[in-house]
Amino acid sequence: MNLWLVILGMSVATFGQRASFLLLPERVQLPAWLRRALHYVPAAVLTALWAPELLLQNAVLSLALGNERLLAGIVAIAIAWRYRVTFGTIVAGLAALHLFDWMF
Amino acid sequence: MPLARTEFNAGLRASLPLLIAIAPFGLVTGVAMAAAGIPPLEAMAMSVLVYAGAAMLAAVQLIAEGAPMLVVVLAAFVVNLRLFMYSASIRPYFTGESLGRRLVVSYALVDNPYALFIQRYGTRPDAPGKFDYFFGMSIPIWLCWQTTVAAGLVVGNQLPAAWKLDFAAPLAFIAMSVALLRDKPMVAAAVSAGATAVLAHGLPLRLGLALAATVGIAVGVLFERFSKIETK
Repeated sequence: MNLWLVILGMSVATFGQRASFLLLPERVQLPAWLRRALHYVPAAVLTALWAPELLLQNAVLSLALGNERLLAGIVAIAIAWRYRVTFGTIVAGLAALHLFDWMF
Repeated sequence: MPLARTEFNAGLRASLPLLIAIAPFGLVTGVAMAAAGIPPLEAMAMSVLVYAGAAMLAAVQLIAEGAPMLVVVLAAFVVNLRLFMYSASIRPYFTGESLGRRLVVSYALVDNPYALFIQRYGTRPDAPGKFDYFFGMSIPIWLCWQTTVAAGLVVGNQLPAAWKLDFAAPLAFIAMSVALLRDKPMVAAAVSAGATAVLAHGLPLRLGLALAATVGIAVGVLFERFSKIETK
């Protein structure tokens, strides 16, 4: 894989997304239904990014106690939900992962 | 003091509390890039050119797994779909500005400054000095992002794998996503997308992510519609 091509592709895509409506004439509007749909994109996509990391072990669904990443993730979700802190969530999750790894 | 200068300074000041939220993401992104074996030059080039944390974290995970190029770029595009919304919603504030200024706003349009900007100018889109405020806000945020990514690269290259810092990326995603769950439709969208991503994990070309996004959006929109009918 050519890393520079990936960087170029990502740069063009991301800048295009940001510049899209800022450069388009004002008569081009985002339809209301699309706006409503986009409203749910961040929560859906971000959750889809971490859920497999917690629930799959070697590409197989694992809800066992031995799945330390799932347990540590639950701790992190609880901290994020209760306190809404970024750094605290990351530190608590990493600490929990090491703790569970040591326990089980 | 001229108005442009006052607004610029107000933007600078407004950005400072945001740095506390941005610094850890920068660090985690740098660490993740180091863990994925991305060389420092390429990593910093990505950080400066793409300048979108969540998309970079997602891309880095895929690069580490050896995913095809197009898949990585597509995943970043899906993660960044929200930028279309930001671009459309911020446009009315900058229609009178020069092309150069609109390009600057495009480059610097990231989550936290966007929210802060709308908060300040939401009810008065014609107020003068908006660009100066946005520009003032963007400078410390940009500097903070780039320096913490660089610091993360240095740290990540020195810490042993036993520290399990690769887990920091999913944890950052947890922090970002959970913070968004303010109402039931949003929770429904997140849970259904997460479940879909797990079940569709075996699909080729990472189609699971796009499928999960689609399912999550559909569930969120439907949930919103039904809860409105209920409360009528």
